[in-house]
Amino acid sequence: MAGKTLYDKLWDSHVVRQEDDGTCLLYIDRHLVHEVTSPQAFEGLRLTGRKPWRKDSIVAVADHNTPTNHWDRGIEDPVAKCQVDTLDSNIKEFGALVYFPFKHANQGIIHVIAPENGATLPGMTVVCGDSHTATHGAFAALAHGIGTSEVEHVLATQTLIQKKSKTMLITVDGQLAPCVSAKDVALAIIGKIGTAGGTGYCIEFAGSAIRDLSMEGRMTVCNLTIEAGARAGIIAADDTTVAYLKGRLHAPKGADWERAVAHWQTLHSDADAVFDTVVALRAEDIEPQVTWGTSPEQVLAVGGKVPNPADESDPAKRASIVRALQYMGLSAGTPLTEIAIDKVFIGSCTNSRIEDLRAAAAVAKGKKIAANVKLALVVPGSGMVKRQAEAEGLDKIFTEAGFEWREPGCSMCLAMNADRLTAGERCASTSNRNFEGRQGPGGRTHLVSPAMAAAAAVAGHFVDIRHA
Amino acid sequence: MKPFTRLSGLVCPIDRSNVDTDAIIPKQFLKSIARSGYGPYLFDEWRYTDHGEPGMDCTHRPKKPDFVLNQPRYQGAQILLARENFGCGSSREHAPWAIENYGFRVIIAPSFADIFFANTYKNGVLPIVAASDVVDRLFQECAASEGYSLDVDLAAQTVTSPSGFSFKFDITPQRKHCLANGLDEIGLTLVHADEIRAFEARSKSAQPWFFA
Ligand code: SF4
Repeated sequence: MAGKTLYDKLWDSHVVRQEDDGTCLLYIDRHLVHEVTSPQAFEGLRLTGRKPWRKDSIVAVADHNTPTNHWDRGIEDPVAKCQVDTLDSNIKEFGALVYFPFKHANQGIIHVIAPENGATLPGMTVVCGDSHTATHGAFAALAHGIGTSEVEHVLATQTLIQKKSKTMLITVDGQLAPCVSAKDVALAIIGKIGTAGGTGYCIEFAGSAIRDLSMEGRMTVCNLTIEAGARAGIIAADDTTVAYLKGRLHAPKGADWERAVAHWQTLHSDADAVFDTVVALRAEDIEPQVTWGTSPEQVLAVGGKVPNPADESDPAKRASIVRALQYMGLSAGTPLTEIAIDKVFIGSCTNSRIEDLRAAAAVAKGKKIAANVKLALVVPGSGMVKRQAEAEGLDKIFTEAGFEWREPGCSMCLAMNADRLTAGERCASTSNRNFEGRQGPGGRTHLVSPAMAAAAAVAGHFVDIRHA
Repeated sequence: MKPFTRLSGLVCPIDRSNVDTDAIIPKQFLKSIARSGYGPYLFDEWRYTDHGEPGMDCTHRPKKPDFVLNQPRYQGAQILLARENFGCGSSREHAPWAIENYGFRVIIAPSFADIFFANTYKNGVLPIVAASDVVDRLFQECAASEGYSLDVDLAAQTVTSPSGFSFKFDITPQRKHCLANGLDEIGLTLVHADEIRAFEARSKSAQPWFFA
């Protein structure tokens, strides 16, 4: 019999019961909660007189709606304030292991704060009413997003009704070139398999280039799994995982730590495990990436040119290129490096961790943002990231270069707070979605790595950082 | 979820096809953080002459007298009689919430939109698909007699009218079981609570750090 994939191991170790048709009741170890997708779930509990099954599985934070400046003024938008206040009262009523309310020193994006507090651990099942929950797969955890009804189901039963996915192995072997980051790897993968390429699969990322990534880099790769259509992406646990977790707030301690580490060493696919699909990339082939369209798969190496719809034979794809170019205000054949930008956003659960800020600061150091760049935001992923960056003097580097240094939160990733693009504005963004209107109605988003975003801020247009 | 076994209830007819979720509950109500309290806003644009917003007190809002929900003879109705493709549009669960909050327990129509159909069960409302000629007949009978009510028997899967006219409806055994016992998906899962607890105990001794 073939060995088990990492996904098989994670799945099998969480099945509470299985029905004849293969549907399983899966036990959930960690439930991440934020203010936007939880209110009706909590109210559902209240209406049915139910209690959370295990409140110590809950890690909660307000992140989507919170402002990133003028914290002294509170939350000015009444709808946003209401959602944040509601989370507050729900957590007071029902309880949680960890809760960082608005303005708490450790507040931040849910997918940043859970790992940095050791609340995401190898071998866990992790869910959140948020599609970028895939991020936590970087820790050899089975993590994916769920809907509001499912949030309530997990709250009340600590389980989820699930059917097993197919498995896909994506290997990236070799060594990444200098200036090529985890974000470029993820965008290159999406460019290769497409935004629906992973639909129905759990993707495992492996290969020497993935192993060489830091935990921050691995989180970036897993975070973008959802943009490749897969609900979950995972990476085997190894020494890098163990070293990252040691000493974190909720990581095991003492004898438990030794036991845990011994178990984590088994969290990888067996050598003879069989996957439904295998995709291989060479690290050397991956260049810095820039999206040009309105879907993450509309991406090219920075040396490329905006595609010409006439070159596309598939009529549906041709139509989507035409529509994307129109929305993005781009003409076919324009070199990506000639596209001028209006704003820069460095942040989001994809790229707001300390390593991302270091990479951006290294580029911005001693430079000034270009005159045509109206606003360049740096939004750290959490209070902890912010303090670390300030201890390293990164905030000074950014502010001296003309960037704004903000308070943590989701910010302009989805523009639910006041940080947003106005119609027609073009942004170099380290976030994860370049959908129409994602960063504000009519806003135009180009997804790039932190270093590429900082370089674009300085030049006023995209640049190939390998030659900068 | 409230169990549903048998209901003799007043019928309210909505004589339009393709009633969409935006009509059932307009999009401004999605901003709300609540799951209950949508009843007063059910069919908001058809029901009131002014523009409704979440949280508004509806008792003194100007009503459209022609709309069925505003007519005295239909007050207290628990059965909604509708036409083709009822509940089309978005997947918002606010639509069945509003219908249930208002007090409807049964919807009878020739056809329903898929997602809405599934959502109604999750919220304790029974959607019944009836043949077009049957629905026509119910509309006629309802129009002809004030206080028209139907008897809906889930166990027997029958609907019977005061005239003695009766028809059978289909429902999957699982949905029937859930409705009859007031089990939503959560209720159904909680039937296995002992198994969950046993799993949890094993997990806790193997990996206590998951529970710290
Ligand atoms: S940063 Fe963006 S993608 Fe991540 S959780 Fe917040 S809104 Fe969602």
